[in-house]
Amino acid sequence: MRRRRSVSYTSEIAKSKPVEQLERVVIRFAGDSGDGMQLTGDRFTSETAVFGNDLATFPDFPAEIRAPAGSLPGVSGFQVHFADHDILTPGDQPNVLVAMNPAALKVNIGDLAKGGTVIVNTDAFSERNLQKAAYTASPLEDGSLSDFHVHEVALSSMTIEALKEVDGITSREAERSKNFFALGLMSWLYHRPVEGTLAFIESKFSKRPEIAEANAKAFKAGWNYGETSEDFAISYEVAPAPLAPGTYRQISGNTALSYGLIAASRLSGLPLFLGAYPITPASGILEELAPLKHFGVRTFQAEDEIAASGAALGAAFGGSLAVTTSAGPGVVLKSETVGLAVTLELPLLIVDVQRAGPSTGMPTKPEQADLLLVMFGRNSESPVPVVAASTPAGCFDAAIEAARIAIKYRTPVFLLSDAYLANGSEPWLIPDVDLLPDISTEFATTPNDGERFLPYKRNDETLARPWALPGTPGLEHRIGGLEKETETGNVSYDPDNHDLMVRLRAAKVAGIAADIRELEVDDPDGADTLVLGWGSTYGAIGAAARRVRASGRKVATAHLHHLNPFPRNTGEIVRAYDKVLVPEINLGQLRMLLRAEYLVDAIGYNKVRGRPFQAAELEGAIIVLVDS
Amino acid sequence: MSGSGNGHELVQLTAKDFKSDQEVRWCPGCGDYAILNVIQGFMPELGLARERIVFVSGIGCAARFPYYMQTYGMHSIHGRAPAIATGLAATRPDLSVWVVTGDGDALSIGGNHLIHALRRNVNLKILVFNNQIYGLTKGQYSPTSERGKVTKSTPMGSLDHPFNPLSVAIGAEASFVARAIDTDKKGLTDVLGAATRHRGSAFVEILQNCNIYNDGAFAHVREQKENRIYLEHGSPIRFGAEGEKGVVQDADGSVRVVDVTDVEEGELLVHDAHQREPSLAFALSRITFDTDEAVPLGVFRAVERAVYDDLMSEQLEVARTTAGKGDLEALLHSGDTWTVGG
Repeated sequence: MRRRRSVSYTSEIAKSKPVEQLERVVIRFAGDSGDGMQLTGDRFTSETAVFGNDLATFPDFPAEIRAPAGSLPGVSGFQVHFADHDILTPGDQPNVLVAMNPAALKVNIGDLAKGGTVIVNTDAFSERNLQKAAYTASPLEDGSLSDFHVHEVALSSMTIEALKEVDGITSREAERSKNFFALGLMSWLYHRPVEGTLAFIESKFSKRPEIAEANAKAFKAGWNYGETSEDFAISYEVAPAPLAPGTYRQISGNTALSYGLIAASRLSGLPLFLGAYPITPASGILEELAPLKHFGVRTFQAEDEIAASGAALGAAFGGSLAVTTSAGPGVVLKSETVGLAVTLELPLLIVDVQRAGPSTGMPTKPEQADLLLVMFGRNSESPVPVVAASTPAGCFDAAIEAARIAIKYRTPVFLLSDAYLANGSEPWLIPDVDLLPDISTEFATTPNDGERFLPYKRNDETLARPWALPGTPGLEHRIGGLEKETETGNVSYDPDNHDLMVRLRAAKVAGIAADIRELEVDDPDGADTLVLGWGSTYGAIGAAARRVRASGRKVATAHLHHLNPFPRNTGEIVRAYDKVLVPEINLGQLRMLLRAEYLVDAIGYNKVRGRPFQAAELEGAIIVLVDS
Repeated sequence: MSGSGNGHELVQLTAKDFKSDQEVRWCPGCGDYAILNVIQGFMPELGLARERIVFVSGIGCAARFPYYMQTYGMHSIHGRAPAIATGLAATRPDLSVWVVTGDGDALSIGGNHLIHALRRNVNLKILVFNNQIYGLTKGQYSPTSERGKVTKSTPMGSLDHPFNPLSVAIGAEASFVARAIDTDKKGLTDVLGAATRHRGSAFVEILQNCNIYNDGAFAHVREQKENRIYLEHGSPIRFGAEGEKGVVQDADGSVRVVDVTDVEEGELLVHDAHQREPSLAFALSRITFDTDEAVPLGVFRAVERAVYDDLMSEQLEVARTTAGKGDLEALLHSGDTWTVGG
């Protein structure tokens, strides 16, 4: 379904209270894992996107599906930053916290800016819930919230009251609509258009019309409460941002990556095959692609991570655009398949949606610590190109680029995303399908050496070998994990041949540098300090650099989208600056590669807290280096 | 040939057409030579052009098999051939995909992939060359070695209770399960034919002699032909030099070998390979030389069951019929969109 709305859209419901204009707002919704906070955040974001603000989101939830109600580990949060101008991150500190219970308040209050607004569900502040959140006295009464504007709202009881005339729902079900009451209130407070949410409720709960009615009623009741309650004296407007012309939608990283794979299938003319085993935070890609069978997508939920990658490699042999998706704990299991793909020289895309580790680590929390794993985590010399996405929407282009390299060079390619990109979302200027790159390839159809077919006779330019599909007459050949003789592909233990093949495989991957975009530097003032990043730190680095420049200092930034090989001008750029700062959510993995490759004394800024960087902390780190 | 490929013209080929130009490098006297000869001799019966046939293997002596076949082939990773072949078969229903594996490859490191391929009923022909030993790594006991096996890694005898490959396959609800002997050309050819006619996973255990590390492991049935029980669907199960022995089923469902003179003719078990419940095939798989001094051969079980790759193709067709062929532009514009004017 396509719906287009103009950015000049405003709610048709009249407003009677004073309105204050704001440039940007950061709101965090927080509650129990079962309180529907992700849904609430998603809907608020959709309203905000349709309204035309620029935005960025950061869902932050526990791995446990429903941790004990009211407990501190069970708190689920969703942060959305929206503005009347171009923004790069979900915001360092919320201005507004919606806390559905004491635990949500306790976990999040420390992040709130002084003078910020807190909206609490007073009905949840029972003795028992306070105990579960380890409060000895109610924070609503002991003065501990004196730095904030606190709105005490009886969300649960007002929701139940509003729904008492809805037939067919229990009072427990009525109480569960309180997140829509909160959403209605916030929608009023920030002048969000409401029609999209009402339509969403109707379609989402179409199988239970009484629940749809309850949620819609709760939503409207929340809106009306804002309008009539004296507790909310003014409301706020954040004007639409001046975005580039075109049609937009809101998109998360996992969805963008999935659509990128569909696009790559279409652009290459190859049917898409996905082998996957459920794992957080990558499962979303499997779930996005599974309903898209009408695009010719075959999704295979395998018995394990190994089979997921194995089946993908089998599909690649048969001529599919083969993809396997996982997170670090699954990627380690795929190493042997990736090694085989290196020596078979077949296209295979391995998506690693990174999460905090080692081992199981923190499944829902982002980290950038799989870079060296994907670079080196295989036996012997087995080079694999690495592409990294840097924004949620950017996952679309990154997927197409990774597929392009895999297909053109007949090689496995790692595509790195992370939990922050996967679940975070932002507005996306939908690209013109006709302007997407052609990544089609040709299969071998005839012998390439007189009457013979040589499966390892390489293309002079790319060093790629021919891709001859089973079913092609006359090109029957055998490939395998044993070392192959150059050109013929026959098993060979010849020492010189092995040395040659190791070097050819390395040269093929290194040669991709000539076929990727050069590293671009943003250096408006002629700085002597360069901040070089990769992956999801893009937004925070950009926001920090803006602030550093606003303070009158000079700083250059650059962001790597290809980690192996590096863009061909990378050495020249890192050597051109006196100081190179590499912020990473790991202990210095890109920094290690840069130092090894270019002998530059790059400096790291490293934190591994399972959270994205805040612009403020990077701003501080950059200023220290610039001023040194 | 419903088991492989769909509607392609018949092709007249000979065994020679299936020999690749690679020198065969198994130990002289290895049972694998006999199997290779039988399979190369059988391939023309598929009636398929060579390019439509793919052999996928894992690691081990048996896994070198694809190199010697003038078809498409992949020598892959230890234990992973069923997974790799699943991806190929699921995306290319026009191909006849064969997995060649050994007892260690299929039942130890690759046990998980094997049982899941069988339960899914992927259209694969899986040939397990069982020699009850690790040959390529020079003679350690395997998951099918008898307990107490003395090898270099078990100088005081192995402690593991062995897998019975057919019992494992039947337990995983394999839709086709059979057994043959490497040197029994007719028996092996018959089983390969039945496996080919079966659409879905076909599991074939081939008793294969490793003359270097486990010589004579199957002599009791490979050499002593009177101990072979050839199963024939619809016939009473009789065997022995003079047909003097037979198989009966007891009230508890188990089966055992008897002298036919001890029972009425009508009491002999009539083999039913098409019985939906796998219990009969399972009971027959429990007859071993250790229990009954005889070994059943041939097709234990062959039942029709939905085939994974067919189901996958059907879902794609249904999706195209109901949602129309995928439209990328519409997909990118799905959900709420808004337009910013220029």
